[in-house]
Amino acid sequence: MDFQVVVLAGGTTKKLVPLVSKEVPKALLPVANRPVLSYVLEQLELSNLKDLIVVVEGQDAALLVGAWISGAYVDRLHVEVAAVPEDVGTAGALRAIAHHLTAKDILVVTGDLVSDVPPGAVAAAHRRHDAVVTTMLCSAPVGGPAESGSSAGKDKIKKPRRYNIIGLDPAKQFLLHIATGAEVEKDIRIQKSILRAVGQMEIRTDLMDAHMYAFKRSVLQKILEEKDNFQSLKQDVLPYLVRSQLRSEMLLNGVSQAEEKGNVKVGSQDNHVVVSQILANASTQSFHELYASGHNGSASVRRIHKCCAYIASNNKYCARLNSIQAFSDINRDVIGEANHLSGYSFSTCNNIIHPSAQLGSKTTVGPHCMLGEGSQMGDKCSVKRSVIGRHCRIGSNVKVVNSVIMNHVTIGDGCSIQGSVICSNVHLQERVGLKDCQVGAGFVVTAGCEYKGESLARKEK
Amino acid sequence: MEARRGWRAVPKVRHVGFFTPNEPPPPARTQSGPPDSNSPPLSNSPAGNSLSPVMIPPPRHLSDNLAHRATSPLPVPETSAFRRPIPGGDRVAVVGSYNPTDSMLGASPPLTSPSSRIGDGEFSEESSPGWFRRSNSAKFASSFPGGGFDLTSIKSSETLEVEVKKPVEVPGPNIAEKSGVAGAELQTESQSSSKPLKAKTTKAERRALQESQRAAKAAAKGEATGKPAISSEGAATSKPVKQQPSRKKDALPAATSVAASDRKGVDRPPEKERKKEVPPPRMQFDDKNRVEKAKKRAVVNQTEARNRVELFRHLPQYERGSQLPDLESKFFLLDPMHPAVYKVGLQYLAGDISGGNARCIAMLQAFQEVIKDYSTPPEKSLTRDLTAKVGSYVSFLIECRPLSMSMGNAIRFLKNRIAKLPLSLSESEAKESLCSDINRFINEKIVLADKVIVRHAASKVRDGDVLLTYGSSCVVEMILLYAHELGKQFRVVIVDSRPKLEGQALLRRLVAKGLNCTYTHINAVSYIMHEVTRVFLGASSVLSNGTVYSRVGTACVAMVAHAFRVPVLICCEAYKFHERVQLDSICSNELGDPDAIAKASGRMDVNYVDNLANKENLQLLNLMYDATPLEYISMIVTDYGMIPPTSVPVIVREYRREHLWI
Repeated sequence: MDFQVVVLAGGTTKKLVPLVSKEVPKALLPVANRPVLSYVLEQLELSNLKDLIVVVEGQDAALLVGAWISGAYVDRLHVEVAAVPEDVGTAGALRAIAHHLTAKDILVVTGDLVSDVPPGAVAAAHRRHDAVVTTMLCSAPVGGPAESGSSAGKDKIKKPRRYNIIGLDPAKQFLLHIATGAEVEKDIRIQKSILRAVGQMEIRTDLMDAHMYAFKRSVLQKILEEKDNFQSLKQDVLPYLVRSQLRSEMLLNGVSQAEEKGNVKVGSQDNHVVVSQILANASTQSFHELYASGHNGSASVRRIHKCCAYIASNNKYCARLNSIQAFSDINRDVIGEANHLSGYSFSTCNNIIHPSAQLGSKTTVGPHCMLGEGSQMGDKCSVKRSVIGRHCRIGSNVKVVNSVIMNHVTIGDGCSIQGSVICSNVHLQERVGLKDCQVGAGFVVTAGCEYKGESLARKEK
Repeated sequence: MEARRGWRAVPKVRHVGFFTPNEPPPPARTQSGPPDSNSPPLSNSPAGNSLSPVMIPPPRHLSDNLAHRATSPLPVPETSAFRRPIPGGDRVAVVGSYNPTDSMLGASPPLTSPSSRIGDGEFSEESSPGWFRRSNSAKFASSFPGGGFDLTSIKSSETLEVEVKKPVEVPGPNIAEKSGVAGAELQTESQSSSKPLKAKTTKAERRALQESQRAAKAAAKGEATGKPAISSEGAATSKPVKQQPSRKKDALPAATSVAASDRKGVDRPPEKERKKEVPPPRMQFDDKNRVEKAKKRAVVNQTEARNRVELFRHLPQYERGSQLPDLESKFFLLDPMHPAVYKVGLQYLAGDISGGNARCIAMLQAFQEVIKDYSTPPEKSLTRDLTAKVGSYVSFLIECRPLSMSMGNAIRFLKNRIAKLPLSLSESEAKESLCSDINRFINEKIVLADKVIVRHAASKVRDGDVLLTYGSSCVVEMILLYAHELGKQFRVVIVDSRPKLEGQALLRRLVAKGLNCTYTHINAVSYIMHEVTRVFLGASSVLSNGTVYSRVGTACVAMVAHAFRVPVLICCEAYKFHERVQLDSICSNELGDPDAIAKASGRMDVNYVDNLANKENLQLLNLMYDATPLEYISMIVTDYGMIPPTSVPVIVREYRREHLWI
């Protein structure tokens, strides 16, 4: 279909410290005991997209990701892993690999997307309107951060980055306005020209940019080349394209191009103009075309380009793993309500216990739980809505609720873990109490400690 | 049973489109009047006389295969004379009834016919007059005189054998069974007896005979078990299909009845040349088996709409709303689909492109892309592989939206060009020539044709005219603009209709160019018509009987114009002409989104039918096209000049070769 896929797998984001580390880049964070990147790759594979470019920030991370991909998808996918310097941003990452892009359209997906929305839908919407950029919007997580149970206004101030302000046309097909990042807090500035052309705009705050874009390659390359201060796709490139859609600075629109050519070469090309005229008259026109043809007759053809939006339906799951909160939310969802994503088959008790896992007597594992390969649990333990990784050793009388425990974790007797994330190779000694904590890889928690809402990690040397 | 038969015999017939009430019914399909009225059984049920042309012939009932012999010689005028005696069992008349067939069969039949009468009488008594009428109507409707004749002879000879063996009165089913057995045994004999009337029997004929006997046997057995109606119905439905070959053999080429459309290709070697000419029958969507089969092939997952209007069940109608997301999500999965074709299909499905010319151009341009990107796979020939490819794309496009006839013509042209490619051409040359052919088609058949039509039609616009047009036709728009450019002083009335409101776009463009316009809806057409001096209408297709197939509402406008004595000019490019004959807009039409008529856009307060979509007793009908009969049309403006609608066949005949550049 003449599409090229770029997966932006990121590197070791600061936002996810202490979960990520040099050994575990963001792309390899486990979600239900599978690296988060695998969700994207498998969704792409389902759509028959097997030639991928995975861009990773940082050489070491790239090596790790590359090693994992070649191990897991050796005969299924054809993946090229490209390493880019750290902190170049998403636009910078694309700029670095721009010369590899050859297809007509580029599908850019972030590596931390856990979703069952078919990427084809975005691509189809893109092609149907012959758009310059199409973005996927999904409904923003309703629960939001757990600690902010109060008013919505307060919520927004606290966590502005989770929300976008999005303007759509009445048919919900075109993107008219987008504010991301810090802009969300400022006043909304909407261009009069766009508003006048469309007539009506719907402003939504309940949608989230899912970071799956389809770009027209020529445009993307041009922007990346010309605007070298652009850092992020989401915060720079997309708003720029949306802003300039009615006064496009690049020769983007195929129709206007064709018409211009036709106007220059009269005579033989005359028929061509008639044909495009017939086509244009018979097709339902978006406001872009009406605007382009202009109210003042055919004085000048205005250059326009289209920015489309594909809104994922509500019954699809779509989330981005870009914060610690999101990490535990996604882990819970994937073994909970969105369990078709995990690819595991659930037992009758609605949980997954690997056959090699050993449970002590009177130990209960509730529904929506997962117990990895080779893990051992002592007596009288209780596990609720949690994911436990491979080869963990858990003592007796341990309570694990709403938590994620990665691989090779040792937990002493009598521990109580709630709402926490415990990374690989952590050692919890006896009677440790953790609530809403994150424990970095390899950390040792001494016996009898109680922590609440803290982030524990080893000091980097 | 009686009630059901009655229901079958009197189908609900609605005319869509317009028809003169005094139009004589097609002679071939109706029963000859006088004999029918004479015969008592028929006079009981007058519905039999008013068989409408749209009625699908009910399956012939075979339990009366003995009686059938009596009724089957329908082409012969004596039929009714024969039928009359049945209730009474008058034998003299019976002998008379045999005349046509028996005289040909030879000497033996007259001897045995009295005895056969006995069995017949029994049958006829237990089966109501309705049977006879139905079997008759089946015969008539299928309009295969020869076929009926043939069968008759066989049947009669076969029963004849039975009665030689058992001259005594036997219960009906018994006879039937025996007759099957005996028929099988004495097949050769019966055939030899039928030989005099046909020079030779072909394989197909023999096979048909065999199968008819088998069916008769099954029917008889079914009756013996005590369920006469059901089993024989089943046999009956299967039979007409199987008999097709034998009938068809001597049937006239013109005889393409409804029954003939679902013929199975058993074996019909002499058909081959003709088969090429006849386009494949449209899929009938009320045929469950075929729909199932088609679904398996389908690319787009579509669920059939539930509440469909009875008369239009043969047309595809799907639940809207689920198709587009489904097709979108499969974007990358449709491996062999070319992106350009996919895009066009998506635009058809979403309704982004409508209008015959635009759809045709979009499709041809997509095919051009396909050809440009095409490379012949190893060990395949370009001609064959590309034809298959184009075929698969076309079926994809049909799934997205049924093709218009103009597109059908364009596809035929393209396939023809592919097939006619000289073998000596290299691949790149072949691709080049095909692309230029497509360009030529677009330029000559659409763009240049439009220009010629515009010149012709503009000559009919005079100063002070009030021109009326309906909907949005691109040719009519060009005519109006051209006439305006010529400096003619005229006014335009644009008549529009819900739900598409296509006229508004046209209005906008015309007003922008400075034309003087009036905009109204079709409800007001009778009011506005009295000030109109000319009506210009576009067409989706012009059929060879002069019928114009166009956006629904066109027929209404034409009829009102006719009533007001306003000339109606149809503007249509000649590539949209089709040799098909269509009498109504039922058998071939397109169903639009029923929601579009159920909802009033922009009126939140009009929501009376909002929650009724799944009600059993509500059926929404959103027809897309209608057929305007030629009486309402004054002139058709084509690229070959201005012609009366009766001359369409001439254009079709004379220029078809040129159209396709065969």
